[in-house]
Amino acid sequence: MTVAVTLRVEEKLYQNRYLVDSGRPHIKVRPHERPSANLLGLTRVCPAQCYELNDQGQVEITADGCMECGTCRVLCEASGEIEWNYPRGGFGILFKFG
Amino acid sequence: MDMIAEKFDAIVIGAGMSGNAAAYTMASHGLKVLQFERGEYPGSKNVQGAIMYANMLEKIIPDFRDDAPLERHLVEQRLWVMDDTSHTGMHYRSEDFNEAKPNRYTIIRAQFDKWFSRKVRAAGATVLCETTVTELVRDAKDKVVGVRTDRAGGAIFADVVILAEGVSGLLGTRAGLREMPKPQSVALAVKEMHFLPEDVIEQRFGLKGGEGCVIEAVGTISRGMAGLGFLYTNKESISLGIGCLVSDFAATMQSPYALLDALKDHPSIRPLIAGSEVKEYAAHLIPEGGYKAIPQLFGDGWVVVGDAAQLNNAVHREGSNLAMTSGRIAAEAIVQVKRRNGPMTKQNLVLYKTMLNKSFVVKDLKKYKDMPALLHTNSRNFFTTYPQLMSQAAQNFMRVDGTPKIEKEKATAAAMIKARSRWGLVSDAVRLALAWR
Repeated sequence: MTVAVTLRVEEKLYQNRYLVDSGRPHIKVRPHERPSANLLGLTRVCPAQCYELNDQGQVEITADGCMECGTCRVLCEASGEIEWNYPRGGFGILFKFG
Repeated sequence: MDMIAEKFDAIVIGAGMSGNAAAYTMASHGLKVLQFERGEYPGSKNVQGAIMYANMLEKIIPDFRDDAPLERHLVEQRLWVMDDTSHTGMHYRSEDFNEAKPNRYTIIRAQFDKWFSRKVRAAGATVLCETTVTELVRDAKDKVVGVRTDRAGGAIFADVVILAEGVSGLLGTRAGLREMPKPQSVALAVKEMHFLPEDVIEQRFGLKGGEGCVIEAVGTISRGMAGLGFLYTNKESISLGIGCLVSDFAATMQSPYALLDALKDHPSIRPLIAGSEVKEYAAHLIPEGGYKAIPQLFGDGWVVVGDAAQLNNAVHREGSNLAMTSGRIAAEAIVQVKRRNGPMTKQNLVLYKTMLNKSFVVKDLKKYKDMPALLHTNSRNFFTTYPQLMSQAAQNFMRVDGTPKIEKEKATAAAMIKARSRWGLVSDAVRLALAWR
């Protein structure tokens, strides 16, 4: 396809309603030297672009925009690379339409 | 909470389709039911396309049409095969679908789930929102006897726990009751809610008086991955989305939102959503593993229902009806065991599995048991090569340019053989037929 697609997921997430549990992220990335293929993949595959590569080549997460789909859990929990919990009751994504 | 001291007949975890069906059915039969929902309100964590199937809801709430928030009843289904600039379609539209009790409706889950939850409360169940269940409690013999939550207070006890915790439910997998879904047996779907005036939607799709139309599409829109695009008309909005297998996303490192934006910009879709206001972007997993991915469904003191049990028919794109039906059947089995004063043991709860096996839920999934593997291993052929060939064939047939028709037909056949070889074409057809059988 010749259409240029802008990858601005922030504009999409801006439409959503969240109640962020400040200081208590529900997903954590285990400290690592180099990310595995699956962990690196999350920087592209996460639908909220929560995962980003830092200057040292490690994957970091900011879970504020997370839609709790579980994709990262399916790909990276078994290997121990990420730790995934539900947000506390009432917090996290609150779909208006769903 | 005072209720901690109480013991319940059943605890239901989750207020989606399966959890609400189970809670409603048990409460209607007089059982003392406690239901937990981690969202602010029922539906706030739930995502669906969404098409709701009347028959399965009628079996739970026969007069649902009186007050359920339904969007449009479906009179037209379009199945599209797309390449980058075209779509080839099979459309089915019938006046027969304009009936007194229509068969399929589009719904908006946050609204529908709130309605369903009101019915659950009216039936007598206690519903606690904003409460995340953190742990299953077991006795010395390993029977599940209750739960712990993130609210203050200790364990809450019940004879049986119904796990209706959704596709990526943590409790059952952490407790070792079932495995986590594999990347090749779940799809990641993203969708947007596009708002447009009611009359604009009706004009664009040729609808009147609450009629609805849905489009489901495969092709180059999934960029070689096993996937499906969808467009559902609601009353004043259009749900537009696309989903592909998580394993394919991981292998290709495609971004789901880039796929969605490309779909929105496709010349066949763009005019249908032109001028819309987007009010939400959602993402969710869909169980795609079929029959072979169904986990252990019951044990001492517990049953699992709905998406958590991977009960989804990927071929027919049905999930919520399997969820509702499994929730209802699990509840009916529990009511039967309760009536004969039986303990909620694995031995007694096998009744749920026996009843589910006799229903369409397991029969349908069994029919297509080989389909997930076929589509997964041949995704490039089925989702890119064939759609492109189909578009070329159609265009070759339509375009009038002075080429003799016999040469056009030969060119179409040659393109097919070049792309897949004679053996490949036959083999794909046979494998597809066998998996469909």
